[in-house]
Amino acid sequence: MLSGLPFSMRRRYMSDMRLLVIEDDSDGAAYLVKAFREQGHVADHAADGIEGYARASEGDYDVLIVDRMLPKLDGLSLISSLRAQKIETPALILSALGQVDDRVKGLRAGGDDYLPKPYAFSELLARVEVLARRKGGANAQETHYHVADLELDRLSHKVSRAGKDIPLQPREFRLLEYLMRHAGQVVTRTMLLENVWDYHFDPQTNVIDVHISRLRGKIDKGHAVQLLHTIRGAGYMIRDGAR
Amino acid sequence: MTALGKLFRTTAFKLAVVYSIVFAAAASIVVFNVGRQVRIVLEDQIAETLDADIRGLADQYSQGGVQQLVQSIERRIRQPGGDIYLLTSFAGDPIVGNIATLPKGVLEQTSLIETIYQRPGESKATHHALARVFTLSGNYRLLVGHDVEELENLRRILRHALASSLGWLVLIGAVGGLLVARRVLMRVDAMSASATAIMGGDLAERLPVGGSGDELDRLAENLNAMLTRIETLLKGMKEVSDNIAHDLRTPLTRLRNNADAAMRELDPQAQKLSLGKVIEDADELIKIFDALLMIARAESGSGPKMELVDVTQTAADVAELYEAAAEERGVAFGSDIEQGLMVRGSRELIAQALSNLLDNGLKYGVPPAPGASASLRLSARRQGSMALIAVEDRGPGVPPEDRDRVLERFVRLEASRTLPGSGLGLSLVAAIARLHGGALKLEDNAPGLCAIVELPIASGPPQLAAPPRLEQLNVARAH
Repeated sequence: MLSGLPFSMRRRYMSDMRLLVIEDDSDGAAYLVKAFREQGHVADHAADGIEGYARASEGDYDVLIVDRMLPKLDGLSLISSLRAQKIETPALILSALGQVDDRVKGLRAGGDDYLPKPYAFSELLARVEVLARRKGGANAQETHYHVADLELDRLSHKVSRAGKDIPLQPREFRLLEYLMRHAGQVVTRTMLLENVWDYHFDPQTNVIDVHISRLRGKIDKGHAVQLLHTIRGAGYMIRDGAR
Repeated sequence: MTALGKLFRTTAFKLAVVYSIVFAAAASIVVFNVGRQVRIVLEDQIAETLDADIRGLADQYSQGGVQQLVQSIERRIRQPGGDIYLLTSFAGDPIVGNIATLPKGVLEQTSLIETIYQRPGESKATHHALARVFTLSGNYRLLVGHDVEELENLRRILRHALASSLGWLVLIGAVGGLLVARRVLMRVDAMSASATAIMGGDLAERLPVGGSGDELDRLAENLNAMLTRIETLLKGMKEVSDNIAHDLRTPLTRLRNNADAAMRELDPQAQKLSLGKVIEDADELIKIFDALLMIARAESGSGPKMELVDVTQTAADVAELYEAAAEERGVAFGSDIEQGLMVRGSRELIAQALSNLLDNGLKYGVPPAPGASASLRLSARRQGSMALIAVEDRGPGVPPEDRDRVLERFVRLEASRTLPGSGLGLSLVAAIARLHGGALKLEDNAPGLCAIVELPIASGPPQLAAPPRLEQLNVARAH
């Protein structure tokens, strides 16, 4: 799934991530470290909150993966302490507590994303990649996105492909905006539901797939090069397939 | 602790002691006051008698001079009784009287005085008397008095009566207190023994009720009512956990079998497929656990923070989320949402409830008759003080006798058993509705099912709602 990526992007964001897994469950940590390394990333492990804090404040990590319940120093306190030290390394909180209030608490403590256990590794990987890219000078402030000949202007709310305007519904616009902000990265269904619809539950119906296929009908139909790709077992990605 | 020690520590005993003391003090005050009043009355009487006596003797003096006065006094002295007399000359020498000695200065007093005196022939005994001195012309001084020995006797009698009755009062109070304390203590001991039995696991045991309807009975009745409630809840919980154990066994067995099959699979491709099934089974179990946990949290009332939720907006959002999926399945989707419906609650949970109902509508709301067109409708409106959010389909519906049952955990109707699902969707919707102080009602849509979530409308002004997020503003501008 990484083969078609632009070279520069893969080098910086996809195979070069330095990750710190702070997790006291040794089996879970070993599984994560092994899985990240198989993806070509550098992954370190800290087994408790104090060690995690020390390593996170010294090492130059792209993303911290922090378990919420840790011995010696709990995950939320660890992140608050780092933020108080002006260490802004993006942090993803893993937690067995999956309720909305727990998530709000986690994000308020300075976490950048929150993933309830258990999770699919593909979901975690996709989220970590998004956070790593945010650290590397994200284009969240950009007002104009383009992928190949697809263009989106955030100010005028105009979308065009090959110079031809494409009218979109407000929700479709936000969906495309999110996909294009993370162009070249896998975006999962739950990420879309969280960021485009602001819901954190899991609908039993494939509602997101249908919205994606409608969007695809509008931006890819009639064009030789498909931009909106389905990544099997993970989610979706917008990328310039020609390169 | 000994039985007696326990008795002394009871509240009833302590109260008995305090009351004994209070009664004794009150009785003392009463007796003291009675004595005082009696004394005042008697003294008044004596003073009047003395005044009359003096007036009579003064008359004798003015009629017959000193000689007649002396004769009158001598006559009166001879009469029995406690009256005392003394007549002195201008020089202060006694002329006639039945007093041997007087303290100095008594004869100079003009008002009623209390004094001691000695009788002639008695060298030691002193007596008390109330007396009055009157000066006659020629500087004769006449003292007329009355012995107050009776008054002293009365005082003594009252003191004695007080002392002896105080003893009885304290004794009766203490014994009464002990008896009451023992009675109360025995009943409390009985209640305590029942409580110990209940703590030991015998939940059917109840506290004894005396039947007199007193405070202890009322306490026992209330505690018994509480125990009955706890017993019902525990029974319900046991039923639920039995159900959970039973209903989790099926997917767990499937998971185990799939793992077993994967292990024995030799072909790598087929093995991968089997392992994929194992992961699917595990995900399914996690979903069941999440749903159960959420139902439990909603039912215990320890749900998320309640805030003002714009139900109109939420229903429209969810409708928009599902519209495309419905149309893709060939289900005609419509929505009719009233403006300005505000509810106090959790936006996320309300959206989840609507999502569950729409999932159900898409899954089970397919008309059984071939060729009939499927349709799904989401509506929200105000009725009195409630917001009614309804999801209507044209499927086979739910028979009236099953409508309560399908709200229970893990209950799935025969017709739907072939479709995937855990039987928890409607339970969660019902729990969410209850958490918000509302209810989930299932009605006949003739044909089809009409599921209505009733939520109490928030009384506060809608302006209290959180300001729309920036991103929403952006979208609004795009219209």
